[in-house]
Amino acid sequence: MAGPVADVAVPVVPRPRRARRNYTPYLLLLPGLAWLVVFFVVPMLSLASQSLQTGDVDTGYALTWHVQTYVAALSRFWPHFLRSIVFAGTATVLTLLLAYPLAYFMAQKAGRWKNFLLVLVIAPFFTSFLIRTLAWQTILTDNGPVAGLARSTHVTDLLQWVHLTSNDSLMNSRFAVICGLTYNFLPFMILPLYASLERLDHRLVEAAGDLYATPIQTFWKVTWPLSLPGVVGGTLLTFIPAAGDFINSRLLGNTQTVMIGQVIDSEFLRVQDYPTAAALSFVLMFVIVVIVALYVRRAGTEELV
Amino acid sequence: MRWLRAHIVAIGALLVLTYLLLPNVVVIVFSFNKPNGNYNYVWQRFSVDAWTNPCGTPGICDALGLSLRIGLIATLVSTILGTMVAFAIGRHRFRGRSSTNLLIFLPMATPEVVMGSSLLTLFIAMGVAPGSTTILIAHILFCLSFVVVTVKARIASLDPRLEQAAADLFANPLQTFVRVTLPLVAPGIAGGALLAFSLSFDDYIITNFNASPSSVTFPMFVWGAAQRGTPVQINVIGTVMFLTALVLVAGGQLISNRRAKAAA
Repeated sequence: MAGPVADVAVPVVPRPRRARRNYTPYLLLLPGLAWLVVFFVVPMLSLASQSLQTGDVDTGYALTWHVQTYVAALSRFWPHFLRSIVFAGTATVLTLLLAYPLAYFMAQKAGRWKNFLLVLVIAPFFTSFLIRTLAWQTILTDNGPVAGLARSTHVTDLLQWVHLTSNDSLMNSRFAVICGLTYNFLPFMILPLYASLERLDHRLVEAAGDLYATPIQTFWKVTWPLSLPGVVGGTLLTFIPAAGDFINSRLLGNTQTVMIGQVIDSEFLRVQDYPTAAALSFVLMFVIVVIVALYVRRAGTEELV
Repeated sequence: MRWLRAHIVAIGALLVLTYLLLPNVVVIVFSFNKPNGNYNYVWQRFSVDAWTNPCGTPGICDALGLSLRIGLIATLVSTILGTMVAFAIGRHRFRGRSSTNLLIFLPMATPEVVMGSSLLTLFIAMGVAPGSTTILIAHILFCLSFVVVTVKARIASLDPRLEQAAADLFANPLQTFVRVTLPLVAPGIAGGALLAFSLSFDDYIITNFNASPSSVTFPMFVWGAAQRGTPVQINVIGTVMFLTALVLVAGGQLISNRRAKAAA
């Protein structure tokens, strides 16, 4: 207790502070970072080494710097990579289109309903991801009301015409997979968008109107640029997990919709070709990092998340 | 026409909310279905059979119990470790701070298949047999970063003058921390813990890489069941989870509203 008083009374002589260096942050970091290093960094290195090894499960593996594995894996599975990126990209654009009006409404128009709507947006998370994806099987099933409505309004013909489905049912198609991906990652887009739209000063929108901007001009010149951090954050949070996902393609798709995550999963656990699976994992990481880096640079936002 | 134009955003928002909540409604409604055969896709007739016998499908309640246990332990450990890291980053300047931030960020940007498979290669290389311990290690790993980010955000938004005031009033550092800092950061820690639990409870992809046939978590059970037909009990458990979480969140909102009113 005497400490602070004594400090005031005695003229402070600069103590050799360096001698007593503060180790507190390092002690606080130690267990958490140790966990990350042992179970994240080391496994990544182990994966890297695995991808360059040859051998098989029974006789064991040896590091032979066999780069051929990468070439062979890519030439075999490039369609799956391409499909994953196209599906994840399409789903990301769709989530943006769907999330924007809802986030805008919540942030600017909802008033005292704001918190209630926020709970509704988070509510889907309260039921398991898998159970909700299975619910889409029920919704899109062949003799269900949704499929019936789509048939009678010729939406099924339209979907078939753009090759999203191959017959007049909705399930087990590209359409169902993209629908599931869009649905599953929609909250990840809504929440960052909401966060940046909520900070938007409504007077700026009014000012644009006062200066004779049409609503569309106001949107593109004021609202959209100010919401960009949310757009960038949301697209990353949607695209990255969607590109690696295989739950949707497995539960809602068919053999023509297999995504790269599913290939990695089965190469590891079913085929047990570890080098190929490890190489595919690495390429997936690399592709995502490159796309994200290009995108972040283009969007001009340095601050991530 | 004019009405439509004035309310176009609201209508759009409503449609998107419908899309977002439709599966939850379907899960609840179909928990009262009595399907013919194994697949619970088409509405047949109303029944409370599954509700009166939620453990009626072999294995479902064991899987649920394992998921709850792993979820609780993973939440506890990742919340403690993550909060410590968050305090170190939020409150101290030290060498290697930006590389620490990168190390925290990377697991969140890594696709789940990559994280799961890399852990599997480590466990194979070390000769560790997969099971509930390896699942737990993996869960603590992917929850950790999310806890750090959540708690760090809360620490960053604290008013440093409150702690200075405590020190001015002769509180020692420990008293300041326990009486001032910790209560202020508590909502962030609680948020991080909730996030960790829901991530752990819901994970399938990473878990599946590091599990054995004797350690089946609830998502793994659901996945396995989905290959052969979906028992109605899955919908019952999904509904119970949904309602429990809804009550918790609504209760939390009510308490914070009341506190805000009391403070005003």
